Amino acid sequence: MTTPGTNLDAVPRLGKGVKTSYDRTRDSHVVLFPEGVLVLNETAAAVVELCDGHRSVTGIAAKLAEDFDGVRPEDVADLVTRLAERKVVETDG
Amino acid sequence: MAEAPFGLLAELTHRCPLRCGYCSNPVELVRRSAELDTAEWCAVFDQARELGVLQYHLSGGEPLARKDLPELVSHAAGLGGYVNLVTSGLGLTAERLADLHGRGVDHVQLSVQDADPATANRIAGVRAFTHKEEAARLIRQAGLPLTVNVVLHRVNLDHVADIIALAERMGADRLELANTQYYGWALRNRAALLPTREQLRRADEAVARARETTRMEIVYVIADYHEAHPKPCMHGWGARQLTVAPNGDVLPCPAAGVIEGLGVENVRDRSLAGIWHDSGAFNAFRGFDWMREPCRSCVRREIDFGGCRCQAFQLTGDAANTDPVCSLSPHHGEVDLILSREARPEPVALTMRQVTTGGPRNTSRVTR
Repeated sequence: MTTPGTNLDAVPRLGKGVKTSYDRTRDSHVVLFPEGVLVLNETAAAVVELCDGHRSVTGIAAKLAEDFDGVRPEDVADLVTRLAERKVVETDG
Repeated sequence: MAEAPFGLLAELTHRCPLRCGYCSNPVELVRRSAELDTAEWCAVFDQARELGVLQYHLSGGEPLARKDLPELVSHAAGLGGYVNLVTSGLGLTAERLADLHGRGVDHVQLSVQDADPATANRIAGVRAFTHKEEAARLIRQAGLPLTVNVVLHRVNLDHVADIIALAERMGADRLELANTQYYGWALRNRAALLPTREQLRRADEAVARARETTRMEIVYVIADYHEAHPKPCMHGWGARQLTVAPNGDVLPCPAAGVIEGLGVENVRDRSLAGIWHDSGAFNAFRGFDWMREPCRSCVRREIDFGGCRCQAFQLTGDAANTDPVCSLSPHHGEVDLILSREARPEPVALTMRQVTTGGPRNTSRVTR
């Protein structure tokens, strides 16, 4: 059950059975889950790392803004939505 | 150079306590004496990781039939891979599961034959049903994510709603409802397994209804003989995944051994990287250059990659043809003919899976 969008107050966490790893073959952060692999770009990897079940989308954006320029909470919400569609992250509500 | 594969399907053994007639293992099963040993499998895992594999699907047959499964799990997990155990659940005890979990199994796929115990046991050819319930309980108790796998066909398709309810009760996180793919034993039993269009229509509705309320993720694999376009088989030949058979044969897909003259190579003779990148078998249908019309100029070629090479071989005698499931294939009439002859409501006896002795290769070629 996917939600059409992700609320800025939503608190994402990694889904059940989802692991993160670094793949030296591809020089990329990856997410491993029951039937798939996602190869992440730098920004996505940073977001996934912060999906810890404590930070909200707004909180993640604020933390990212310390390292990246031009981070908008709406963009983080979009990415979380796409990750939720692949069951990589879960959010309540 | 081809892109690196993401997944390895390691068919550790063809031995299995179940005798399901829908099994996609080849009709000529690999014997125990021909199986790769522990060190050989560990070397395969090392080479796979080196090549780019991140997911290890430990399958079979029944992987629990391998006494060295714990060592193999430790080895794959130690390489940083995602370890997926694909099991019938028979032979799974709390102790074995705790050990495997501790060694790094990340996810378990449990096969279920039907929601009705008597029918499930009849399909499996053994009294398996109560073991499934117990296995699901153990997996959930261990806190491992659980996918219930159900192969659908004429005998169980009308029970889809009950099957979904059973998977809910089992505490599954995901439910894979896969219509039978006709390879190996399933091809031999096609006349007993092909469902009617009416059965498929009702099942589609049941799945759609369940999706509105269930907390599970339902993956529904359609019945391709009945479709207008073929499945995007393996997302392209030699593109994302490779299979190593129990005897070390390296295959672009689990069924590829049926294609005559493919030139399948073995990890005992050549490295996995050498086979993936440079072997005739893996390059035979890679990319788009091998395609004939109607695939070559088709707008769908990057959607379905021409469908399934094994199916093209099995139904037309030439693996380079368009998958005849495609309505654009000049051989599509063959599929319509099969459906009109075999996709009938009445029950047909299943030939149960067993170790066959000798006989010609490719006994799975279509006979009518």
